[in-house]
Amino acid sequence: MKNTLTISGSPHVHGSWTIEKAMYGVVLAMVPAMLVSFYMFGLGAVRVMLMSIVACMVFEYVIQRYIIKGPVTIMDGSALVTGILLAFNLPTSIPSWMIITGALVAIGMGKMSFGGLGKNPFNPALVGRVFMLISFPAAMTTWPKPIVSRPFFSFQGLDEKVLDSITGPTPLGMLTDGADGTMPEYVNMLMGSMAGSLGEISALALIIGGVYMLARKIITWHIPVAYLLSSFVFAGILWAVDPTQYADPMFHMITGGLILGVFFMATDYVTSPMSAKGQIIFGVGAGVLTILIRVFTPYPEGVSFAILLMNAFTPLINSATKPKRFGEKQPA
Amino acid sequence: MSAGEPIVSFPLPKQGVIPVTQHLGAPAKVLVKRGDTVKTGQLIAQTAGFISANVHSPFTGKVKKVDQTTDASGYKRQAVIIDVDPQEQWEEGIDTSHDLLREITADAKEIVEKIKANGVVGLGGATFPSHVKLMVPEGKDIRYLIINGVECEPYLTNDHRLMLEKADEMMVGIQVLMKGLHVKKAIIGVEANKMDAIKHLKDKASHYEGITVEPLKVKYPQGGEKQLIKALINREVPSGKLPLDVGCVVNNVATAFAVYEAVQKNKPLIDRVLTVTGKKLLKTANLKVRIGTPVSQLLDHVGGLPEDTGKIVSGGPMTGKALTTTEVPVVKGTAGILVMDREEAWKATPRPCIRCAKCTQVCPQGLEPYLLHQYGEMKRTEEAEYDGIMDCIECGSCNYTCPSARPLLEYIRYGKAETGQMIRNRKSN
Repeated sequence: MKNTLTISGSPHVHGSWTIEKAMYGVVLAMVPAMLVSFYMFGLGAVRVMLMSIVACMVFEYVIQRYIIKGPVTIMDGSALVTGILLAFNLPTSIPSWMIITGALVAIGMGKMSFGGLGKNPFNPALVGRVFMLISFPAAMTTWPKPIVSRPFFSFQGLDEKVLDSITGPTPLGMLTDGADGTMPEYVNMLMGSMAGSLGEISALALIIGGVYMLARKIITWHIPVAYLLSSFVFAGILWAVDPTQYADPMFHMITGGLILGVFFMATDYVTSPMSAKGQIIFGVGAGVLTILIRVFTPYPEGVSFAILLMNAFTPLINSATKPKRFGEKQPA
Repeated sequence: MSAGEPIVSFPLPKQGVIPVTQHLGAPAKVLVKRGDTVKTGQLIAQTAGFISANVHSPFTGKVKKVDQTTDASGYKRQAVIIDVDPQEQWEEGIDTSHDLLREITADAKEIVEKIKANGVVGLGGATFPSHVKLMVPEGKDIRYLIINGVECEPYLTNDHRLMLEKADEMMVGIQVLMKGLHVKKAIIGVEANKMDAIKHLKDKASHYEGITVEPLKVKYPQGGEKQLIKALINREVPSGKLPLDVGCVVNNVATAFAVYEAVQKNKPLIDRVLTVTGKKLLKTANLKVRIGTPVSQLLDHVGGLPEDTGKIVSGGPMTGKALTTTEVPVVKGTAGILVMDREEAWKATPRPCIRCAKCTQVCPQGLEPYLLHQYGEMKRTEEAEYDGIMDCIECGSCNYTCPSARPLLEYIRYGKAETGQMIRNRKSN
């Protein structure tokens, strides 16, 4: 009897919160946007999603098992989150081998080379996405139009001719390049009926997921609110200066990957600051950078670059923003 | 679980082990030797140094030996071992009746003397000698006496029962402390999940001058001294300072009761109320136990240890100490015995920090536990000091909340010890 007693320091009880609960909570929050992408883009979206998830998890397994030779933790949900996020950042027409390459960069370079979960300075999915954007610029910016008006199972694959007829520019693309195309109505953008990558098209579905994560306290409000407000205000200032040259702030809110980035990529635990103050600085920085890149550079979209740049600032922000200590100042 | 169990007096054991270090500070100096006969309440070890406390014999009997024994901390400590004579004989001058003595005849100086003589220490957990708290240094203006009725930890109900059953004695004890400190106001803070106690105390307090009862929001660690002061008078004790510096002195409800007995009844601190609890126990209990009673006998009283016991904790689940054996004595600081089954005792394997910031969100002291954990692990004492490791109150909230089940507090505690050593070395140089 006595031999079986556990001796350890206090506390002797532990809460029920685990890595898995947080990660699978994020996965659940991404389901609405995932369903919208399947509905809008059909089987092509399912293919991209599955390829990305499987590739990310397989690479994590292979690296942990055969290269690091450490414990295999592919079921903790973090590789799954990376896989879904990577897929969310890709167009449905992307060839499979590119997805696999992107997943290898995301997991291998973005995460495992730094020591795995918790050690990576940059969001792995974004590392993969930006690598693909720079390496395969054409494939990464060919955006199939949603198929809602067509029968669900009619997607033909990657035949050039078919592609031509069913692709179109994203709303942000039209803005930056002056590309031809009819600008969709805001309502359609909110619901997801516009050209774009898998996960970014329906702002509404993403917001539902974001609210779910806030309600379950998986994330706090600081980064999303700071990010949304700062990009809205910055875009608003530009629009107020010259409404003919700059898009209105509402347009910036619901187009491109902004909402996706705000709720699902900027809030990544590992790569965002620890204190509330730091998270607000992080959010504001990402918001301003996003609009800067969208408006003043040849890139139509700036969310990925903005978040990656702010990721680089995270250690600095952490050492500059300490939480308020108890007893530091007398309450009024 | 045990909140509904009235306090029961526990029978005398056959043998008692009374450590001479049951308080924070220097060990008391032993006054008895092998073969001596002692009476109940007789002084057997005397204060040695400013921060130290007297120890009295809780039993009548013969000193078997004075020896080193293991106490709840797992360390060997000097203790007086007494063969107990069931025929009790009390030391002269001790009032063992149950009459309530409301009139306070002692003056402030006598109050401090009596509390010191009778070995009263803080019964909330820290066991700081109570008389030292009453010796307020010149120039400090004390305005409030704060009484901690929060019951620092989940599971424990000893303070709750005491508030329900000994409220009058407690009120007189509070008045004694107020007189000793020359303060006009006392506030009793009780968490709002003990409405019966709040109502009862409010009722009693109306008959005593200057005592108010405040219900507090239920949150851990509301019973932490600094957190309690913040909640009651909205003042924050600065880093490295004492409650004195924000004009108050804090005592636990059980200490207030002990003060009543010491000053009004001249009874030394030889027994205390504690909770014995656990999910798998046949029954739970709140017991009035003599100091020196072996923990194993308390467990026998509640039906013995269950088959799948995984851990026995002295104190509460958040800050208590895991016992290596049940053959340790109850001491002044033993607030409870918690028996956990194997499932509860199971610890998840720590995984990498995912920097989710939950620990910084819950830290009541505004620290960054994930960072202090790293400093502790790497012995980076200077950075640890800069980032406030010494302000940690060891409440365990960070550990509790960590999704990676990292042993944050264990490393922070280690870091505190190393950092404290560094600070002491610096001062002595």
